[in-house]
Order: sequence, then structure tokens, then C-alpha cells
Amino acid sequence: MGRYIGRRVLTFIPILLIMSIVIFFIIQLPPGDYLTSYVAGLKAEGQIVDESEMESLKERYGLDQPWFIQYFKWMWGILTRFDFGYSFDYEKPVWPVIAEVLPMTIIVSLATMLFNYLVGIPIGIYSAVHQYSIGDYCFTFVGFLGMAVPNFLFAILLMYGTYIWTGTAFIGLYTSDILVGLQQGTLQWYDLLLRGDFWGRMAIPIIVIGTSGTCGTLRSMRAQMLDELGRNYVLCARAKGVSERRIIYKYCLRAALNPTVSGLSGVLSHIFNGSTISAIVMNLQLVGPRLYNALKAQDMYLAGTILLVMGFLIVLGTLLSDILLAWLDPRIRFSGRRGEG
Amino acid sequence: MTRADRKTLRAIKKAEKAKKKEEKYYLASQWQLMARKLGRHKLARVSMVILGFLYLVALFGDFLAPYSLTAYDADAKDMPPTPIHFMYGDEFIGPYVFPSKWETLKMSVAEMSRAKKEAAERGETFSTRQIVTDETSPQKLQWLVHGSPYRILGIFESDIHLFGVEKGKIFLFGSDNLGRDLFSRIILGGQVSLTIPFAGTLLSFVLGLLIGSISGYFGGWVDNVIQRIIEVLNSLPSLPLWMALSAAIPAGIPPVRMYLLITVILSLIGWTGLARVVRGKFMSLKNEDYILAARLAGVSDMKIILKHMVPGFMSYLIVNLTLGIPSMIIGETSMSFLGLGIQAPATSWGVLLKEAQNVTNIVSHPWCLIPLFFVVLTVLAFNFLGDGMRDAADPYK
Repeated sequence: MGRYIGRRVLTFIPILLIMSIVIFFIIQLPPGDYLTSYVAGLKAEGQIVDESEMESLKERYGLDQPWFIQYFKWMWGILTRFDFGYSFDYEKPVWPVIAEVLPMTIIVSLATMLFNYLVGIPIGIYSAVHQYSIGDYCFTFVGFLGMAVPNFLFAILLMYGTYIWTGTAFIGLYTSDILVGLQQGTLQWYDLLLRGDFWGRMAIPIIVIGTSGTCGTLRSMRAQMLDELGRNYVLCARAKGVSERRIIYKYCLRAALNPTVSGLSGVLSHIFNGSTISAIVMNLQLVGPRLYNALKAQDMYLAGTILLVMGFLIVLGTLLSDILLAWLDPRIRFSGRRGEG
Repeated sequence: MTRADRKTLRAIKKAEKAKKKEEKYYLASQWQLMARKLGRHKLARVSMVILGFLYLVALFGDFLAPYSLTAYDADAKDMPPTPIHFMYGDEFIGPYVFPSKWETLKMSVAEMSRAKKEAAERGETFSTRQIVTDETSPQKLQWLVHGSPYRILGIFESDIHLFGVEKGKIFLFGSDNLGRDLFSRIILGGQVSLTIPFAGTLLSFVLGLLIGSISGYFGGWVDNVIQRIIEVLNSLPSLPLWMALSAAIPAGIPPVRMYLLITVILSLIGWTGLARVVRGKFMSLKNEDYILAARLAGVSDMKIILKHMVPGFMSYLIVNLTLGIPSMIIGETSMSFLGLGIQAPATSWGVLLKEAQNVTNIVSHPWCLIPLFFVVLTVLAFNFLGDGMRDAADPYK
């Protein structure tokens, strides 16, 4: 098992490297760079530009050189100094800009993932065991509808709903007293985890971001369970008089969970998709809106770092799901020892 | 001929028919069998009808839409859907509408305060700008009227629209804040929203098939490199990546180029899933005896791939493609909604939904949510169709 994990970890290093190249290539695609247009804008307004600072920034990140040299400078900074570049828009290094919103983004993503599995898997099992019952039809319908409604429209509908019912639209992730606390520094993000009002506030974003993924999990869980329930070993177990509970939870579920677990990184990237656009619509303090603004303003290091962090987290999710899968399914462990993927 | 004779004759004919039917079943190709199974899937059949209707509407959109994309009316901003009446007084005169427009009411201070009080009692807010309906001149709906010129498929030139009114405007789904007809814009936006996923899917189909078959057929280091690239693309969330790519589209390029670029962007990420499937199928097929036989007989690589291998899993690919369309529709809608996709003067359902970006706008103009219905309907229909096709393509069912 240890060797299997070790080998898996090693294969992720080249993936991360290729990923950073792809990301950097994409974010430098727009013609021109932020600094030049920014300086031109300042000069046009008749403001004084600190030429030496601009020059040092240009020099540091190689902004007037070809993109692959810029890439190497960027990569070198990350690997040696943990310096992800400079956010021209916020006028400070990228990492603090992201660190403000990253913990909350990860918390929201994890909570959404929990919601996804805690709701999707049991309903999927229920639907499969009670196939063609009224409940199954209802869940199938809801499942399809949930997959068909784009996240952001769901967000709009829920905001509209809360406006109609409570008179105030749902905007932002925090209530006003939490926001004040955060700004004054009396509250840290980890204090929020113990507050009931914070979780009450979180419910809507979690539902909005998680629904389509949950419906996907539900559908695949149902299909897998139905497949497993039709297998001969189930017939055999029934003939032996094994209880139905045991057949479902001990035999079928373990096999049926396989694709759900291997789809973990897919669920994570689904959550990032959803949280990006929903956060923009609902004005949540997550990385999504910062990515959007950075892309619009050509703040390339900020945009690139956000993409890189998302990709890194998804790769981490893949690693986690591989380990879980190996634990769940002994065949994978053993084939790993024989030296094949 | 006696009655008994006729009866036997009929029975014989019936038996012959049944036999022919049975023969047809046994002689049917794989595709005919699939089509037959698909026809039996109720939801898939309904979905096909709905999609056929939507695509037909998009095809003849310029004819069906009463107004063109660029038409606007400063006097008709934010109009609710125009009610259509049939009876004028006690007389039936067919479908007609009353011309209406925004006007600032002229009233004295005393009148205004009274009106405000009355409105407050009804729980409304009073405004001096109101929609005034001219109920004295009913405008009959006219069929096949001349309007703005257009071309269908870029060939047939015409200026005839299915319906219209002479005086005033008809807004079946209301109008937006520039006085543009939402009904026309949904139809014309559908032309973009419905075809981009198709074009994108076609492109990712070609890419996936090509790259997947190269990866699976040659194996070795080629396979390794391609697999790593696919892993990287799969490890990046698609929407942020689409956003990043479309941020690179320069502003102010012609609509046709923008359309093509967005299609390319959508399919740049969409091909990976298909390439994986193709590769897997190739891996399992290339060790089959008939492939070995073909290779020994000196058939070229390209011909083996196209003639011997691809037909073996074509149905599988088509199912895969259909199931991929919904995510492309949602992708295009999301990007256009954020202002990173299709941009004015062109329009799509995502662009139309921009109006629904803030809650106050939805509360005051709920009809701006109508495009949502079409997005959901299309995605649902493609999902059901894909589901039905998957069942139909499965030979064990």
C-alpha cells in the first residue's frame, strides 16, 4: 500500500508541471500586459508614475521577454521563494490576495462535497432498491432537473425566492456582524466554523453549488446499484439466506461505490465550476470573483495562481480518490504491486 | 369467393406480413435495430420531437421572429408581455392587441397624493410613469407582413415575417430595457445557443477520435504523452479554463469569428473524455484476430482504423457525444452570462439571461427569466435523448 501511494504521488509531479505550463500559456494569451496599459493610463491622467518601481517589477518578472522566459521566472519564484508573482490590480503580492479567500473556498468546497455524498449516495441506494416506486420516480425527476438547471440560474432563482419570502436578497457569504468581526480582526475564519449563524448562511451556497453534482452522484449511484443487484452473487447470497440489509450494505454497496469514489476529482472540479460562477452571481467572498476580475483586468499572475491552486486541489483529490479506491478494492492494490497502473 | 375463402386469404396475407416483419427484424442492420429501440423509449421520443421543433424554429427564426436583432424602441422599454385579446366589445374580431407605451402622467399635486395613497392601500408604489394602453384602436394581428429583410441559410432573401401589427408593437414575452422584443431575441438567440454545442461537439468528436485512435493504436510513448495531457486537462476545472481562454478573445471582432472561437474553446476541453473512450476501445480491439488478419494482408494503418475498427464502436461514440451536448450548452450559457462569451450585437440565451443578473430586476420584470425555460428544456431533452440512445445502443438490453 505504501509503495502504491508513493508511486502515485510521484506521477503527480509531472502533471503539476505540465499543468503550470498550460495555465501560464493561456493567461499570457491576451495581447499586451497589465503594466504597460496601467502606466499609460496613469500618464494620460497626468499622474506621477514611480518609474523605478515599474522597472523593477518588469525586470523581476521578465515582462518584456518571451512567454517561456516569463514562465521560468514565475516558476522559479514559486519554487524558491514561494512567490506567486505580483497582483497589479491589488498592488501587492499574489499570495496574500488569495490567502484572504482561500480558506473559505476550501471550506465551502469540502462542505459541498460532504453534502454531495451525504445526499447523493443514500438517495441513489434508495432509488435502486425501490426501483420504479413513486419515490424513485420523484428522485429521478429531481435528479434530471437538477442536472439541467445551470448553477448560476439556480442561484438566481434561490435569491429571488429568498427575496420574495424574507424581503431581503441573499448577497454575500457573511452576516453583517461576522463581516465586522472579520474586518476588525476579532474573528478569524476558523472561529466561524463553530457559529450557527454562519452555517445557516452557508446553506444556500452549498445547495446552489452542490445540486448538479449531487444529482450526478445520485444518478450514477442508482445505475451502479441496479447493476450490482442484478449480479449472480446477489442471487447466490439470497439463496443462502443472507439478510437483504447485509446484501445491500455489505456486498453491493462496496462494489457500487467504486465509480463514485473514482469520480471524486470530477466532483471537485464540478464544485469549482459551480462555485466560480455562483460566487460571482451571489457576490460570495471566494476565489471565483477574484479570478473573474483578474481575467477581465489582465492581472495575469493572480489569474494564473488561482487556476494553479484549483488544479492542485483537484490533483490532490485525484490522489485521495486513488488511495481510497485502493483501500476499497483490493484488486487495485494487488495489480499495483505487480507493477502496472 | 365465399366468406370462408376470404377469411383464409386474409389470414394468409397476415401471416405473410408477420413473416416479412420477422425477416426484416433478422435482416436489420445494427443501426435499424437501434432506431427501433430508440423509438420505443417514450421519453427519448418526446425529447426528439421537442428538439426537432426547437431546431426548426431556429432554422426559420428570422421568418418567425417579428423583429430583427437590431430593432429597438425607446418608447417601449421594459414592457410586460403584450396581452392578446379576441373579443372587442361583444364582437369576435380574431386575435388583436392594444398599442401601448410609457407615458409620464400629467396631474396636479393633489391628484398625485391621492393616487399615491390609493396605491399604498393596495400595497403598490405609485409612479407617474405608467404604461398607457390605447383601447380605442385595436390592432389586429396580421399574418405574413413585410418587415426587416433577412436571409434564411444565407440563401433565401426575404422580408416577410410570420406575424406583426401595424401600429405599436407586439411583445409576446415582453421587452428589455432597450425596448427590444424578448420573443424575437429568444428565437434568434436560439440560433446561436442551439448550434454552438453542435458545432463544438462535432469538433471535439473529430479531435477525440483522431487523438484517441492515435493514442490507442500506436501506444508506447505517444500514448503516454497524450494520456498526461488528458490528465492535465481533466484536472483543471472547465469553467475557469473556458473563462481564461475566452478572456483572450480580443474585443470587437466580427460575430462570426467570435462564434467560431467560442466553439473552438468549448471543444478544446470537451474532447478528452471521448479520446479516453476511443483509446480504451482501440486497446481492446487491436488484439482481435480480424485486425491481425487485416494487418497481415497488408492493409494500411489508416484503413484499418477507419474501416475495421471505428465502425465497431461508432454507436458508442454517438451516445457519448449526445451526452456531452448538455454541458456545452450550459458552458456557452454560463460564459455569455458572465459577458465572456457571445457579445452584442449577436445574442444567445446566456446573453439574454444577463438581464436576470440582479434580483431587483427579476422582481420588477419577471419575464426576463423566460430564456431560462428554454435552456432547461433543451438540456433536459438532450439528457433524455442521450439516455434513450445509451439504452438503444446497449445490445444486451
